[in-house]
Amino acid sequence: MGNDFFILMKPELSLMLIIFILLFLKIWDGIKEVSTLLMIANVLLLANFVAGFFLNKEGVLFSGMYHTTSLIALEKNVLAFGTLLISMMAWDWLKKHEHLLEFYILILSTLLGMNFMISSGNFMMLYLGLELSTIPLAALCNFDLDKLKSSEAALKMIMSSAFASCILLFGISLLYGTTGSLAFSEMPAHLDGGMLQLLAFIFVFVGFAFKLSIVPFHFWTADVYEGSPVAVTSYLSVISKGAIVFVFVTTLLNLFGTLGTIWYHMLVISIVMTITVGNLFAMRQENLKRFLAFSSITQVGYILLGLTNGGSAGSAASIYFLIIYIFSNLAAFGIIGMVSVQTGKENMSDFNGFYKKNPLLGWVLALAMFSLAGIPPTAGFFGKMFLVTAGAVKGNYLLITFAALNMVVSLYYYLRVVKAIFVNPNESPMEAIKGSWSVKIALGICMLGVIATGFYSGIYDYIVSILS
Amino acid sequence: MNLSLLILVPLLTALVILTCKNMYSVRWVAFIGSIVQLGLGGVLLFQYNAARAAGNTAQMLFESRASWYQALNIEYYVGVDGISIAMILLTAFVVTAGVLISWKMDVLTKEFFFLIMLLSLGAYGFFISLDLFTMFFFLEIAVIPKFLLIAIWGSGKKEYSAMKLALMLMGGSALVLIGILGIYFNTNDGSGHHTFDILKISHQHIPIGIQTYFFPILFTGFGVFTAMFPFHTWAPDGHSSAPTAASMFLAGISMKLGGYGCLRVATYLMPEGAHQYSWAIILVATIAIIYGAFATLMQKDLKYINAYSSVSHCGFVLLGIGMLTKTAITGAVMQMVSHGLMTALFFGAIGMLYERTHTRQVKQLGGLLKSIPFIGVVFMIAGLCSLGLPGLSGFVAEMTVFMGAWQVQEFWHRLATILACASIVVTAVYILRAAGASVMGPIKDEHFRALKDANWNERLASVLLLFAIVAIGMAPFWLTKLVGPDSQIIMDHLSNVVGH
Repeated sequence: MGNDFFILMKPELSLMLIIFILLFLKIWDGIKEVSTLLMIANVLLLANFVAGFFLNKEGVLFSGMYHTTSLIALEKNVLAFGTLLISMMAWDWLKKHEHLLEFYILILSTLLGMNFMISSGNFMMLYLGLELSTIPLAALCNFDLDKLKSSEAALKMIMSSAFASCILLFGISLLYGTTGSLAFSEMPAHLDGGMLQLLAFIFVFVGFAFKLSIVPFHFWTADVYEGSPVAVTSYLSVISKGAIVFVFVTTLLNLFGTLGTIWYHMLVISIVMTITVGNLFAMRQENLKRFLAFSSITQVGYILLGLTNGGSAGSAASIYFLIIYIFSNLAAFGIIGMVSVQTGKENMSDFNGFYKKNPLLGWVLALAMFSLAGIPPTAGFFGKMFLVTAGAVKGNYLLITFAALNMVVSLYYYLRVVKAIFVNPNESPMEAIKGSWSVKIALGICMLGVIATGFYSGIYDYIVSILS
Repeated sequence: MNLSLLILVPLLTALVILTCKNMYSVRWVAFIGSIVQLGLGGVLLFQYNAARAAGNTAQMLFESRASWYQALNIEYYVGVDGISIAMILLTAFVVTAGVLISWKMDVLTKEFFFLIMLLSLGAYGFFISLDLFTMFFFLEIAVIPKFLLIAIWGSGKKEYSAMKLALMLMGGSALVLIGILGIYFNTNDGSGHHTFDILKISHQHIPIGIQTYFFPILFTGFGVFTAMFPFHTWAPDGHSSAPTAASMFLAGISMKLGGYGCLRVATYLMPEGAHQYSWAIILVATIAIIYGAFATLMQKDLKYINAYSSVSHCGFVLLGIGMLTKTAITGAVMQMVSHGLMTALFFGAIGMLYERTHTRQVKQLGGLLKSIPFIGVVFMIAGLCSLGLPGLSGFVAEMTVFMGAWQVQEFWHRLATILACASIVVTAVYILRAAGASVMGPIKDEHFRALKDANWNERLASVLLLFAIVAIGMAPFWLTKLVGPDSQIIMDHLSNVVGH
């Protein structure tokens, strides 16, 4: 161990360090200037992200409880990057918030939990990481302290998470009972597909399905998204979901690989339900946060489509898609957040005629929508294509046809937003929205990502290379 | 010539447009950009002919390739043959004319020309791609500009039309995607990987079972773009709601993307499928020709007249492809070029009329030849070309299709050919009626006397398109010579595999 300990656990240690620094700042209460505090937090997050690129080493700690590979390092970097973007976008909102340091402490705790979860080599560790990431999230959902809806969201979040955790735990305990181990390295050898094991697997699957809001376990999503502050909603839909997808991918492929045929069929059914329900509900939403909630449900359906591949091409496509999804979804949330902070408006009809006074932001939001819909030249096109291509390997062309035709349906509702921005008439269009420089930089990075990630094939090739 | 220039020039033009400060600089930049495109098209044609004359017999010329997504064997791979060059020239002509026609565009000028350039970029990219994925990428790039052009600058029920068009074309692309994946997973590039490379795929044999399923999907997908019956409904609404330049582009080029895809991808890569389903293609093509012609008879709005007649005319393209003879395929390509030019001119003329009279209803127009003779004449010529008057491109193209179609001696093919031929009579009725009522006769409205005839930009645009139409009509051999050998390659490939 020795030196290795510090190098291997670098992402977690650095997050903990940041949490402690912020905690001391809070207790010391010496810095009164809000912008300085925000600056410190953002610089620390940036440092954390940059540090993620150096000194990455593969290895195992605590007798297999914790392990890290270059894939895991990449995943942690992606999450750290997304968190940094969200923090930059939340600048204007946090500036007015009296508990800004608590926000960072809570959000970094969840990130820490996710890091542990991704690195876990044992179901116990996985569960601990999951809980560490969930409970602070519920508190975050309540961060609009004076809004009733926010408390409602927090309550729904904690209830459904607790329920999901129970189911997951039950599945884990059954697995332990049938295989005699909780370690990822030992378990697959004992998985023979017996009835009890299947039951256990289904419970674990459902536990994850709750977190990923796969239909029919999606009911909490829209309400929680709508009630939470925009920064938290974006964190929920991008980072939290992303972390679970990362874990889900490795669990399915590495741990339950022997049950491949079973989860393949489960995935197919989930995909059909998730995409259909997500699409149908997204069409009718007026509130943009609810709209993005259902659109994100559909997007998860497409990620699952990539996973049906059952090999490294599927995981590569899913991880690549998630990176693109972070850029596109955060761009959309960034603008919704800016508008929400300045005007308090979150409905689609409020965006009618948005282009008149906010041409640049109008394009950013439109490009984000096109990227979510998978229209070139945005990166979303490549992400969706690779997922569909990965899903087609098994020769399940009916499923691919279903997915491809549903892209048409989803184009409809993304175009609704574009139509509101550019076309719909409005007597009193929204005033020019002003954001601080940090929001602008974050949006700029998102746009760069939305456009360049597709043309530059290096990212995808890198993911493929570390997977094989 | 480096073919990537065809993508770079519109891209650069679009980017420069974004930095422009006022309307004047925007349109001049757009104009210069489109002139450069036209020049590139000319140089390409010249160099291509020179290379062929020098005895270069490679199937595709000016090839260049770069690896893009290595893991999936996706390449940026471009190259042209005679068919692609014909389409590139068509695009260059229509884009230049479109820019000139929309000279006075004063609402969101920058955005308008930016989107037009993006559209042309997609079209060029599509026509030069030899990699299925890249091709699909360029096919879909047009979704954004098409939707926005109609929804923002359109007229009438523009929001409905824009949404309908975007969704139906997206549906078409979804089918194309499925078809492409079906091909991809049944190929082998020699080293155990799947490939998107069109030329490599053409040397391989895709299992007949696969072709049976995927040929109709792929063909229908591209067919939606070319307004194949019964997926033609986006065309009339979309064309009539779109602003003039967008109508020109949609009918002139965008519909040809579908025809080109049907030929280059569906028919060329899945010859057995094409053979197996040729009856269905001929059936829907004949229905489209006749149905389109009769539907046009009922229209009262000039744009709807041209839109429905486009459905009918694009039926000839599909008919030519469905007949599967060298002459018919050559005719199909010529019809694509001819219809593209003619319909662009027609939409341009309608746009000019509408800008002055503020109506497109045939009933309210009349006697315009007296007040605005130039536009009136252009309108008449476009109409005459549409009904297939000898000396103009429409005649040459349709004639070639019929000649090719008649070579197939089976009863049903003959019947379809005869029915398609007969539709020309209907075409003559609606064209002559519309043209007669709107530009000839007594002046209906006193305001019409004070109208101003075409500006220099409108004249230039019309002359440009007229020049191309007459060039094909009077001297069709240069186009036949350009397209013929490559139709022969497609046909040879077909008969090698199918063996008849």
